[in-house]
Amino acid sequence: MGEALHEITLTVNGVLREAKVPGRRLLSDCLRRELGLTGTHVGCEHGVCGCCTVLLDGAPVRSCLTFAVSVDGHEITTVEGLSGPDGSLSPVQRAFSECHALQCGFCTPGFLCSATALLRDNPSPTDDEVVEGISGNLGRCTGYQNIVKAVHRAAELMGDEA
Amino acid sequence: MTTKLFGERVQRREDLRLITGQGRYVDDLGNGALAAAFVRSPHAHARIRDIDVSAALDVDGLVAIYTWEDLPERVRDPLPLLIPHPALTHGRTAYPLAREIVRHVGEPVVMVVARDRYLAEDAAALIEVDYEFLKPVVGIEEAAQGAHLVHQDVPGNAGAHLVQEVPSPQGLGAGEAIDAAPHVLSFRLDFERSASMPLEGRGVYARWDADDRSLRVFSSTQTSTSVRMAIASKLGLPLPSVEVIAPDVGGGFGVKIVHPWPEEVLVPWAAMLLGQEVKWIEDRREHFISSAHERGQVQHVRVGFDDQGHVLGLDVTILHDHGAYTPYGIIVPIITATQLLGPYRIGAYRVEFTSIYTNTVQVTPYRGAGRPQGVFCMERTMDRIAAHLGLDRTEVRAANFIQPDQFPYDQGLIFQDGRPLIYDSGDYPESLRMIKELIGWDGFAALKAEAEARGRRLGIGIGCYVEGTGVGPYEGGHVQVTSDGRVHVSTGLTSQGQGHETVFAQIAATELGVPLDKVSVVTGDTRRFGYAVGTFASRAAVMSGNAIALACRKVRDKALRIAADALEADPRDLEIEDGVVHVVGNPGASIPLGTVAVLSNPLRYAFDEETKRATQFSGVASMDRPPVDEGEEPGLEGRDYFSPVRSTFASGMHAAIVETDPDTAEIRILRYAVVHDCGRLINPMIVEGQIHGGVAQGVGGALYERMVYDGHGQLLNASFMDFLMPYATEVPYIETAHLETPSPLNPLGIKGAGEAGVIPVSAVIASAIEDAEGITIDRMPISPSDLHELRALAAS
Repeated sequence: MGEALHEITLTVNGVLREAKVPGRRLLSDCLRRELGLTGTHVGCEHGVCGCCTVLLDGAPVRSCLTFAVSVDGHEITTVEGLSGPDGSLSPVQRAFSECHALQCGFCTPGFLCSATALLRDNPSPTDDEVVEGISGNLGRCTGYQNIVKAVHRAAELMGDEA
Repeated sequence: MTTKLFGERVQRREDLRLITGQGRYVDDLGNGALAAAFVRSPHAHARIRDIDVSAALDVDGLVAIYTWEDLPERVRDPLPLLIPHPALTHGRTAYPLAREIVRHVGEPVVMVVARDRYLAEDAAALIEVDYEFLKPVVGIEEAAQGAHLVHQDVPGNAGAHLVQEVPSPQGLGAGEAIDAAPHVLSFRLDFERSASMPLEGRGVYARWDADDRSLRVFSSTQTSTSVRMAIASKLGLPLPSVEVIAPDVGGGFGVKIVHPWPEEVLVPWAAMLLGQEVKWIEDRREHFISSAHERGQVQHVRVGFDDQGHVLGLDVTILHDHGAYTPYGIIVPIITATQLLGPYRIGAYRVEFTSIYTNTVQVTPYRGAGRPQGVFCMERTMDRIAAHLGLDRTEVRAANFIQPDQFPYDQGLIFQDGRPLIYDSGDYPESLRMIKELIGWDGFAALKAEAEARGRRLGIGIGCYVEGTGVGPYEGGHVQVTSDGRVHVSTGLTSQGQGHETVFAQIAATELGVPLDKVSVVTGDTRRFGYAVGTFASRAAVMSGNAIALACRKVRDKALRIAADALEADPRDLEIEDGVVHVVGNPGASIPLGTVAVLSNPLRYAFDEETKRATQFSGVASMDRPPVDEGEEPGLEGRDYFSPVRSTFASGMHAAIVETDPDTAEIRILRYAVVHDCGRLINPMIVEGQIHGGVAQGVGGALYERMVYDGHGQLLNASFMDFLMPYATEVPYIETAHLETPSPLNPLGIKGAGEAGVIPVSAVIASAIEDAEGITIDRMPISPSDLHELRALAAS
């Protein structure tokens, strides 16, 4: 009584990927297991911690609350896709390192994705807007102070590059 | 001038892989492994009548189902009691799978192995366990009455009872000193449960190699060496056949020092038995109900003091809730009892604790490890004394401080490492001066009055602590320079985000005079370093940092001896700079460290151009001495250990300004300031990061986090939806200042920094709320509803 498998096609980090998954397979598990992209982490499996945040057609979503089959044909960006094709780090990635915005690094991919979306929509956010923008992500190491600093720094870096 | 990196804000070397999704956490490994899932008890206290697995047998992809009955000798035995203590007269540990009785919701009863986790959980859901309910024992005081028992052979549910007493300088006991004091206060304090709650839960992945009968286990642990010894012992394998690796670990904060967890025994056992890789990754609910909590205590305080606020006698009685089992002994209440005294030199002290069983998740150290409760007790006491005498709260503290010329200062107690509680160094008056200046203590009254005039309610609070850090028994370091000039450092303790790869590389680069990018660091991998204790008690920098420094000094001495031979110079005239050994004042007479490494290993066979230099016909060797001199070993490497006579004592003071809403009782932290003394700083950026994270956890404990058990022993808020951890919106900006009083107890003069941030936060926030409200705060955490109720109580 094996489970029925569904063929899905996703564009993940700009690359067309195919997978065969049961209907109940979470996007987070599909990314990690079927596609081998283990940068997306799972911290609670109930959509609160934000570790599993990825960009779905550019918008941040909880991949642990998303069925893989429901995003057939869509574009996904994971932490692995934030760097340039040549491996150059994105401004958000650089800023996180520069500002010591990560410690154990487990929540970091989710923060990076949230911050990337935030800055794309609002290239020069205020302090309150940054805090609001990352308020869907839990971290247990950093106390968030350096994450807030990093988001501002990333805005600066993006401004310099623009 | 050598390469100076110690003390610099060096960027972390861990970051690149972690910001690009290339980290290796345990669940990132073993994609094809079988998955384990567990059937866990839904009841807090019950007898297992029957386990019926028949419905699960048809699940597609099912591989195996195990109950306690299926486990072989040793594997089936109770888990070890890790830290025995004479006062722990009734220590009890769990079976890896429940045998007959379950004692808390979440206790593992059946293990299922299947092709993937979805299927393993399908099967687990179909297993029927028939339970006979027993009376659950919940709540510290109810449990202490002993009407119902968690373990039938533990009367009064009391696992341990310990009294420590220090008489006054005049020889009075605490009771006498209090009775004789001009002022006496007595009160009760309550501290709720919280938990480490790392974003990555526990996880174990085991690979059994049937061909050479060896086992490789990856575990999200704070102590891979000790997990290795436990697994070898449980599975009856020779120690060299077992390797345990802590890969990238997604936070620990104490909970992952406990070991072996049931899963750390069962997963490798199943992998051996099945001849296939097996992995288990804890989910969030499992972490809430099956790992460990901390903090819960009730304290009764009696204190006697004089008109200036000098504490003449202090008597504290603690009821400590250790949950259903005691695998980690009574370390937490011992730390509460001993670290309670903080930076103070008081008259007589008596502390008594009883450690109580309840039908709840076991209690083991969470960052701070008993100190937040002790500091809460002492600092609330200081505030009460100040209020009673009408004195400034900082004056009362200053009146009781140990003075800088009184170190080493013996508190007369036995600490958590079994050694005397003797403070090594510190400067508490200076620390107080700094924190008052940073927060603006003296100008606050005006600020408060001004706010009050506008209908706003502000309060200021302070908290002081001393933290025994860097406990033994030891750590080691191994340093190897290879022929390419790279430096490979390893140490046995583990990392969970503390930046060890960076700070240990800073130490090695500084000691050896090499560029930082030539140094790589491996932690928590028994293949590289087999002897270690683990990462806990703010000990990694002190213990492994010094061990690595000592190992580097051995390597440096050896490098200079070999280079001196090659350069025909006196080793004392040599220095190493940028990875090159050269004669002081004569940069031309030099030899790269990589070449020294080649020469350190006399060869018969060359495998590249560089190694030709060390072969037997190269003409460099003296014909009068053996190729490897007596007392020397081949290779440019060294190993050393650091084992201190006792702990170092870091300290700090925090202050906060809070605002409470007169209508909604909402509590907002407007400012938070930290003065921190962890001895010499290796990397101030990393230390500040540790402080920020600690304070954030402290804010959680002070205002939000509590484990809510109902009378049936059900944890009602076992999810991130209901257990309120702070988001960025809840944590204030933290202003930090450093004071550096080096420790005389280790070559680098460092103390520990990992736990400091969390320790005084509850005390500070309570102090500030009390100041804002004029209502005595005697419990933590304080939610708006709690404050609302306290207001109503105070008004009635």
